[in-house]
Amino acid sequence: MSWVKDAFTTSVGKKLLMAVTGLGFLGFLAGHLAGNLTIYWGADAFVAYAEHLHSLEPLVKAAEAGLIVFLVVHAGTGLWLFAQNRAARGGRYARNKWAGGRTVFSATMPYTGVLILVFVAIHLATFKFAPEGENVWEVAAYVFSQPLCFWFYTLSMPVVALHVGHGLWSAVQTLGGNHPKYMPAVRVVSLAAAAVVILGFGLLPTAVSFLAEPIP
Amino acid sequence: MTGTMNLTLLVWRQAGTSDKGRLVSYEARDISPDMSFLEMLDVVNEGLTQKGEEPIAFDHDCREGICGMCGAVVNGRAHGAEKGTTLCQLHMRHFSDGDVIYIEPWRSRAFPVVKDLVVDRSALDRIFMAGGYISVNTGQAPEANTIPVPPEKAETAMDAAACIGCGACVAACPNASAMLFVCAKVSQLAILPQGRPEAARRVLAMIRKMDEEKFGNCGNERECEAECPKEISISHIARANREYIKAVLGSREK
Repeated sequence: MSWVKDAFTTSVGKKLLMAVTGLGFLGFLAGHLAGNLTIYWGADAFVAYAEHLHSLEPLVKAAEAGLIVFLVVHAGTGLWLFAQNRAARGGRYARNKWAGGRTVFSATMPYTGVLILVFVAIHLATFKFAPEGENVWEVAAYVFSQPLCFWFYTLSMPVVALHVGHGLWSAVQTLGGNHPKYMPAVRVVSLAAAAVVILGFGLLPTAVSFLAEPIP
Repeated sequence: MTGTMNLTLLVWRQAGTSDKGRLVSYEARDISPDMSFLEMLDVVNEGLTQKGEEPIAFDHDCREGICGMCGAVVNGRAHGAEKGTTLCQLHMRHFSDGDVIYIEPWRSRAFPVVKDLVVDRSALDRIFMAGGYISVNTGQAPEANTIPVPPEKAETAMDAAACIGCGACVAACPNASAMLFVCAKVSQLAILPQGRPEAARRVLAMIRKMDEEKFGNCGNERECEAECPKEISISHIARANREYIKAVLGSREK
């Protein structure tokens, strides 16, 4: 099976790994957001969604295992690419201007990627490994009542949006999907996905703070 | 002809590959707006020669935008800020009296500086030697219509074949990747029936050679497409990516 290793350790092979795992994360985000939107129906709906999800335990465990593998591949390959690209430059330009291709989305990919990794770690620490005995709504209400956590969560979503805004269309291009008929639409959808991240996830801390009972 | 202009140049001077190199300031006086950028450098070099100084070394050949020899990063832009032009086709009318112009060589670990603005681009030749060709048995000239090629395919292949190998894509890429150069050739030959028999072997060999030459990885930043003097589209990179996937999953090539 050395041909598999050879195929996915070239520059294009590594980009394919990034594209496939990246699209996997986008699928996960879509599911995660759909579930989280039950927050707008109030505490009962959100808790019911969470309990229903946990009743599918074996599936959840399988999905978690898949996500961990994707995370290791995506972050590991990303850091590898970043290090190689830094080394490939060979000296800095005294004057360097963007010619119109690069965007704030594409230029920040490695940095937003690392920030998202930090976010995921803190997110898991605050929610997945929260103290036993409280339901997920109580945990969310408590976390977002802390100003530091509230702003950390709210301001992390534009960072994710920056990553998604380049990531989606870039994955399509890497997988060979460039076509004059639909490539402009893919770029629009990519930016729309970034907007959905900001509006969908980014407003959740505010929504929870408004809907939660004041903590005595 | 309108009036002449005086410019300040900050030019990268480097005696050889092992030299550290630095930016040196020169005054370019009485420059006509009708001159090309290289003609302006010629004038500066004449002045340097008369003073007994070493002229600025730069690559050039046809000076009509088709050979791919010239190229420098001018004020942070490969071949200067004009779209779809090589450095030799960049005219001084795009500059104004009193401008300060930074002139630097292509920067990439795969393109060592030979002297001043001259870089060694033989890495691109070695990538071509790895697979940028088709193998045919030569003999009598075949009947032109033996292998039908639809005109739109011929046109798309020709768009990719317009690459002059100047290296601006590498210079402009934030990652110093040569993907536009490599994929223009992979794509051109993949579109045409004559290129199909070796398509899988070609894409694997050329991509591997590109990596071996220490170019960076494509990040779909699109700077190459914006700077390419022949305006080659990154859709050719996508086609080469498809060819790579096909070669890995659908061919016997390893």
